[in-house]
Amino acid sequence: MELNAISIGFVVFTIFTLGGGFGVVTTRNLFQGTIWLMVSLFGVAGYFILLSAPFLAAVQILVYIGAIAILITFAVMLTRSVTRVKTRYIRLVPSLLASLALFLILIFGVTMPIFGGVSPELAPATVASTRDLGAALVDENGYVVPFLLASVLLTGAMIGAIFIARDDSA
Amino acid sequence: MNVLNEWAFIGVFAVMAPVFPALPIVIAWLFRPRKPNVLKSSTYECGVETIGDTWVQFRVQYYIYGLIFLVFDVEMVFLFPWAAAYNEMSLFGFVAGFLFIFLLTDALFYAWQKNALDWK
Amino acid sequence: MDEICTGLCRLMVDSGAEAGLAQFVSLLVGVLLVSGVPLLTVILLIWIERKVAARIQDRIGPNRVGPIGLMQTFADLLKLLGKEDITPTSADRLLYNVAPLVSFASVVLIWAIVPFTPFHYGVDLEIGALFFVAVASFGTLAIMVAGWASNNKYALLGAFRVVSLLVSYEVPLVFALLVPVMLAGSMSMLDIVNAQSGMWFVVLSPLAFIIFYISSQAETGRAPFDLIEAESELVAGFNIEYSGMKFGMFFAAEFLHVFTNGILMALLFFGGWMGPFYYESPLIAFAWLGAKGGVIYLTTLWLRNTVPRLRIDQIMAFNWKFLVPLSIANIVLISLALKLLQELNLAPRQLIGASIIDMLPATIVLLLINGALTMYLLGILRRRGQEARREAQAAPAQFARATAATAD
Repeated sequence: MELNAISIGFVVFTIFTLGGGFGVVTTRNLFQGTIWLMVSLFGVAGYFILLSAPFLAAVQILVYIGAIAILITFAVMLTRSVTRVKTRYIRLVPSLLASLALFLILIFGVTMPIFGGVSPELAPATVASTRDLGAALVDENGYVVPFLLASVLLTGAMIGAIFIARDDSA
Repeated sequence: MNVLNEWAFIGVFAVMAPVFPALPIVIAWLFRPRKPNVLKSSTYECGVETIGDTWVQFRVQYYIYGLIFLVFDVEMVFLFPWAAAYNEMSLFGFVAGFLFIFLLTDALFYAWQKNALDWK
Repeated sequence: MDEICTGLCRLMVDSGAEAGLAQFVSLLVGVLLVSGVPLLTVILLIWIERKVAARIQDRIGPNRVGPIGLMQTFADLLKLLGKEDITPTSADRLLYNVAPLVSFASVVLIWAIVPFTPFHYGVDLEIGALFFVAVASFGTLAIMVAGWASNNKYALLGAFRVVSLLVSYEVPLVFALLVPVMLAGSMSMLDIVNAQSGMWFVVLSPLAFIIFYISSQAETGRAPFDLIEAESELVAGFNIEYSGMKFGMFFAAEFLHVFTNGILMALLFFGGWMGPFYYESPLIAFAWLGAKGGVIYLTTLWLRNTVPRLRIDQIMAFNWKFLVPLSIANIVLISLALKLLQELNLAPRQLIGASIIDMLPATIVLLLINGALTMYLLGILRRRGQEARREAQAAPAQFARATAATAD
């Protein structure tokens, strides 16, 4: 049964992810594209759940559907009337090459033992809880430096964004 | 119940949740009158026909609020595990979390100083 | 829900059903049981809402259909069923139809993690507290989609305002939510409630509760934050093009969201099902939760019907310049004080199972800190209020001078 539920979930979330991605590239409407992108990212959140990482799934939904989707919509609405883009930009060969190259890099990166490999024996037997994650984030032997760097990065991002987006006339 | 079973419950729940509001809508769809006409299904605005596209240009302030929210959202995501681990945390870890919040407040004060928080 | 599931499962497997099917059916039954609670209450809520609003406005309210108007909701439902459902020709049909479903579903889904009693709950997710914030973001997106898909300027403007309000108030909401998570040392709702056995979190941090209360009032779009409706400015806001049952679903979602927030506050800050004799029977525990949530719900109705609507610039300034800094200051002070107390062995490191005596020193210290912060804030607010009043009094005089100058 357990394998069954996982495989059903996997199929459903794959349909979400790929279907959403397909919607993004085929729709001619920016807002609909945003919604399709969210469908796709929702599928990815489902993958995280299947991988026993519910915290990441919640983060995925909170950050992408709760914030990025809103932000993209606001940004889209800042532009002028691009609901129905009439002109077609067809760059078949370059885009094919680019996507193929990206695909190969990803395949290479995932299967080759550069980042520790994908052997299932390497995966720890117990699933870490969110509490473990929190403890590791601020542990002096853990990830405290990346944790604080992330904070600096976010602060920088916010300052930069406000600096650029600010209306100078005010 | 193991973890995946819990999420199977959430999965079934998530599938069922839109069905509950869909049911009355479908039932209403079966019974409701259907007499559309051009005026009735035109955009409801003020009695005069709509001028121009709905796609009007919006203020940049919406976007700025969205941006600030995004930054806070990501920060909160980091703070949740920190809060969950609070009780068994060493003083060092606690101070690290403190520094994190401090930097966040810094960004907020920058936005405040630059009047990015004002509705313009 | 746990034992019901396994029990039903075993029963079905014993009578020869396939194991996978049995598990699925028992999950489905569990889902229907858990979601039955919000779906049944929402019918009652609509009546309560109208009755309370009427009483506050010195009216009688619905009193014709059934005893004291209790059947009014069903009459409304029948009327809505017979209403023509107008979809504007310029609308984006798919998104237009999906938005009300998502809006309602996002509220119902929250109930999956609500523990009704110590033993009866849908699931106890490890990330429970984060789950309902994440699920609520679907509701925000639904409003945006509804506003955009209607292809109406008022709807889009209303949706934009509401969404920027919702995302803004999510920041203090989550910072206030961090306090119970921090005190309980867990995000699971069950743990959060159990950690309040010694002392309710509302006593440990009243400010966190007040911040959570204000922001959840904003999250549901109730007065003084009811820009969602803003009849006088936006006609009706994002749902202007909706009619019939789809419109009804948006409203049912709103009513249910208010009550859901009441229950969540009862769980997070008021000890959930805890109360005298709650361990005697699950029914008593459930009644305690319902009573606490109901009282909080009634106060939100009271607030909604007594305060006027704020302007959007005031709402945003209140959030970003008052609530957000306050919520950050609150969490910093509380975490600092509690850590110091824990290092001095004056507060337990594990609140689950702690008795009221264990919690006493921590309670006193945290209450004092909260009180000091509140006094400081009240001082600031008073100064601001006086300034604003002076400005308001000075304004007509300035205006008169200005007109006199132009007349010259």
